[in-house]
Amino acid sequence: MSVPHDTLAVRRPGLLRRLSLADWLWAVLVLLSGGVTLALFGDWMNIYQILTLVVHVGVVIWLGWYWRAFRPFALSVALMSLLGVLAYGDDLANAESNFFLEYLLSGQSAVMWMCALLFMSTAAYMAHMFRRGEGGEGLSASLAVGGGTAVVGAGLLWLGSAGIVPGMQWVAPLFLIIATGALAGPLVRTEFTAHVGGALAWAAAAFGLSGLFVRWRETYLHDPTWGYIPVSNLWEVFVLFCIITVLMYLYYEGRTRNRGMGAFVLLLVSAAVAFLLYYTLDQQAHQVQPLVPALQSWWMKVHVPANFIGYGGFAIAAMLGIAYILRDWGERRRPGGLLARRLPGRQLLDDTMYKSVAVGFAFFTIATVLGAMWAAEAWGGYWSWDPKEVWALIVWLNYAAWLHMRFTKGWRGTPMAWWSVIGLFLTTFAFVGVNMFLGGLHSYGEL
Amino acid sequence: MSRMSSDVPAAPRPSRWSVLIGFLGSMHLAIALLLTLALAAALGTVLPQNQPSQTYLMQFGPFWYEVFDALGLYGVYTASWFLLILAFLVVSTTVCVYRSTPMMWRDMRGFRLDIREKSLERFAHKESRPCHPEAPDTVMQRAQAVLRDRGYRLRRRQDADGREVLSAMRGGGNRLGYFFTHLAIVVICIGGLIDGRVPLMAAQLLGGLEPETRQIPASQVPPKSRVEPSNPSFRGSVEIPEGRSADVVFLDLGDGYVVQELPFAIEVKDFRVQRYENGQERSYESDVVIHDDTLEAPMEHTVSVNHPLVHRGYAIYQSSYRDAGSLLMLDMYLLGHSAEEPRRVTVRVHGRYEQSLSDGSVYTLEFLNFRETNLSRELDEEGGERVHDMGPSMEYALHGPDGETRYYHQLMEPVERDGRRYLISGVRAGTGEPFRYLYIPVDPDGEGIDRFMALVARLHDRQVVESVVDEVAGEAAKQFSGEDDRVPREVVRNTMIRLMELFAAGGYDAVIGEIRQRVPEPQWDRLTDVFGRVLNETLRALYLRVLEAEGIAEMRGDDAAWLDDALTALDALPRYGSPLFVRLRDYQLHQAAGLMVTKAPGQKVVYFGSLMLIIGVFLMLYVSHRRCWLVVQPRGDGGSRLLFAGTANRNMLEFDHEFAALSRDLLQETSAGGENGTGGRQAR
Repeated sequence: MSVPHDTLAVRRPGLLRRLSLADWLWAVLVLLSGGVTLALFGDWMNIYQILTLVVHVGVVIWLGWYWRAFRPFALSVALMSLLGVLAYGDDLANAESNFFLEYLLSGQSAVMWMCALLFMSTAAYMAHMFRRGEGGEGLSASLAVGGGTAVVGAGLLWLGSAGIVPGMQWVAPLFLIIATGALAGPLVRTEFTAHVGGALAWAAAAFGLSGLFVRWRETYLHDPTWGYIPVSNLWEVFVLFCIITVLMYLYYEGRTRNRGMGAFVLLLVSAAVAFLLYYTLDQQAHQVQPLVPALQSWWMKVHVPANFIGYGGFAIAAMLGIAYILRDWGERRRPGGLLARRLPGRQLLDDTMYKSVAVGFAFFTIATVLGAMWAAEAWGGYWSWDPKEVWALIVWLNYAAWLHMRFTKGWRGTPMAWWSVIGLFLTTFAFVGVNMFLGGLHSYGEL
Repeated sequence: MSRMSSDVPAAPRPSRWSVLIGFLGSMHLAIALLLTLALAAALGTVLPQNQPSQTYLMQFGPFWYEVFDALGLYGVYTASWFLLILAFLVVSTTVCVYRSTPMMWRDMRGFRLDIREKSLERFAHKESRPCHPEAPDTVMQRAQAVLRDRGYRLRRRQDADGREVLSAMRGGGNRLGYFFTHLAIVVICIGGLIDGRVPLMAAQLLGGLEPETRQIPASQVPPKSRVEPSNPSFRGSVEIPEGRSADVVFLDLGDGYVVQELPFAIEVKDFRVQRYENGQERSYESDVVIHDDTLEAPMEHTVSVNHPLVHRGYAIYQSSYRDAGSLLMLDMYLLGHSAEEPRRVTVRVHGRYEQSLSDGSVYTLEFLNFRETNLSRELDEEGGERVHDMGPSMEYALHGPDGETRYYHQLMEPVERDGRRYLISGVRAGTGEPFRYLYIPVDPDGEGIDRFMALVARLHDRQVVESVVDEVAGEAAKQFSGEDDRVPREVVRNTMIRLMELFAAGGYDAVIGEIRQRVPEPQWDRLTDVFGRVLNETLRALYLRVLEAEGIAEMRGDDAAWLDDALTALDALPRYGSPLFVRLRDYQLHQAAGLMVTKAPGQKVVYFGSLMLIIGVFLMLYVSHRRCWLVVQPRGDGGSRLLFAGTANRNMLEFDHEFAALSRDLLQETSAGGENGTGGRQAR
């Protein structure tokens, strides 16, 4: 056996050689679309915009290589957005006359599709949780949970729509989704419902993102002087939150090849959807309004999305924390029970929880720094102890402490799970609570 | 310190020092500090900060006001205890970095070739082969190739007995991440400290600086409340009217302010509010000119929100605006004082105007504010929101001779309601109350209020009222005569004049009040009905006089509707509470730009620290420090004894795969070589 021969045999191929034909096709396609964009609109773009385009082409190619499932998603989003924008032409009134715009592709319709698909996806993942086991085990649990939540959901719906406790009708869907999943679950035995849930979640994210892209165009159609990136008010960022959280979840689902986390994460996303529906149908908050001067800044385009990767990560971590606590409890109470068997394993939950906190923390750090730089330009100081800034700091300190305990003290499991659930409350307060209760310089989205 | 240390016996000293260092650098302290800081910061968001002390006094009462004041809760972020926590955090982090860096450095650089096999045996990731068929050299060569190929750096050591150790590591940057993040915290805090208010507070504490609390021009502020241009960092604001300039800004300090001098002057040539087509604000812009001796010529620039001007390290921001004395052209009607023709008056916002009436009383108008645009949001047919500009408005206070003050809100343009146009004017008794609006119907031309004012003037003109009463008294007498037949004409006439007087002074309420006072209860309803009809008839006749003066012979539909509106307005007029009606006719805008001027030399430090923090966070979270050791010992049979072990500090699940792949490639066990495997771990 000669040494050089062996050495050659074990050599791992370099990155470029590991890429398949599909990878190269993807890169060519993205490059081509970037090139076409540049050829068509290059004359109107300044150097920063061209640089932004180049960076985006790079990032999208890399994302497609790193995460293959991203490719069909990106293609559908591109296709739907293009169709939407082209269907509009130069006239906003097409939203009412063009069939596709009115029912499918306009910013508003696409977001409503996203909402519907997310509810359905949540129900499907929930059904997967309650799927029929060997010998029909778990049937009683399905009936109990399904019946209970159905009664609660119907009750809330009645309380709300009869005006006894106004607003409850917007909470009811969450219970009805659980009920649907739990009652329909035992009909299926295979992984089928989870696959359906995943497909629906992908479709929802595609509708949501293309909805935002089309809305971006709509802001210009309302009035050319209005045009803004639709991550500027509370309604738009709630859509963004749903998209980002779902995409991050789908990434972890693909990575871990475990579909048991979907019911938990999607339930939280459904809560955001419920709020979005209330905000749209009850408050008419989906209206496009021109930006106030303070928001007209380049920084918003990077600050807000970075923030929502952070929020998304923290939200996923909290829901996995709940799953962990339930699994742990189930294992101790009834090792053969549904909780102990159906929920993902503790190590997987713990590990994925850490990963989502980590990615959330990293991007939250970036977002906070970007926010400080924006503040320095808009408010005359990178730090003003404004309520939103302070709460961002609190959230940051909280997760910094969380990571410290994990790294240096080796904390794992239940305490960390509880901690990430508490973290979600802090995050939620920083996200919406501050705007609602504390005011300050950041009070753009009001209820 | 040195004197003290010489008193202390030599032996305990280092231990005390190390105890202190140990305490300061401990994770428990750090976490406790992080959480305390978070709590303290949260406190500052719940309680509104830096409000006038009166606000707190009213909210908490005198006792708790004092307690909270002593705790510094009204300015948490500048309170000494808060700064102390921050300082502790910086010290704790510094100590942590100081203590851990050498260790981290060793971890990152050191290959630990002296590691013992016993330690390796305890690793979670290990493969041991007591009888491997290949020669030590072959294995070693291949191991080096495999590991190097996967990006590992290598060190190799050969012992005298032929035992060889290969140490490989990758991702040492992870340790750098630790260093970067923690140092970044220190750097950011130092940068923040440079820009903080600490120097100012120190100057105040040491007695050199005293906040000024009087509202006086900046030039009259005494030196003890002034800060030299050399002050390295500050954040102040100044309002500069258009056409004027300033070379100072004001910094809030304590209950007052101090004047910060600038080494240049800022002139504001023009301030503009740019609007979208629907009237909503699009941008606030000031054209400024910097007059600086170091410049060859004055520098012109436009600052707007999000686009500050940076000059010599001073950043100039557009932060607010206010009215700086716009000219208001007014029509002043003296209600009930016979002046039908308005007086044309020109005043300034923030100015005063005195008006004396025929009875000798003097009213003072104080013009508080002017707004060029008033947006109202209304829902359109499709549920969409429509923004509508109601045009310019002004606010003024009316100080009466009895010391009473009322506040008025006046729109320049008439508004439309149910297809009819009104000039509206709001009144309130205190600034905290909502305005109640008077709706005056405008003339047929859609703009003027001459007709209404003519009606008011006639209503208060005794002669006109008497002649109108004479005209309609005959008709009215029939109404009165319903029950007791003969009401003398003189009584009827006097009653009618009295009714008109009552109505002019107090509206329908005054008429009803008079009835209830004068006659027994059973007659109230009938008299109210009769008097109401008579009154309206008289008013109608009065109105016909007004129309007559306009050259209109008879009332048409519009004129009748106008009368209904006018009667409503006349009825409300006494509650309007002003003998004056002021109409805004025209204006000339004059505004002041509120500029913020800051100097923050620490900003670059903070940004550098932030960059370090971000890089550090990514290194720490996403670079896994992986190390592997391969120990090879020759065996007598030409084969070798192998121990391959590895460890990683992040992402263990990924490392599981990597280690499996590494050991597979490294051991190169074909199916024939499998029998050498030990310990049940699969090698394929």
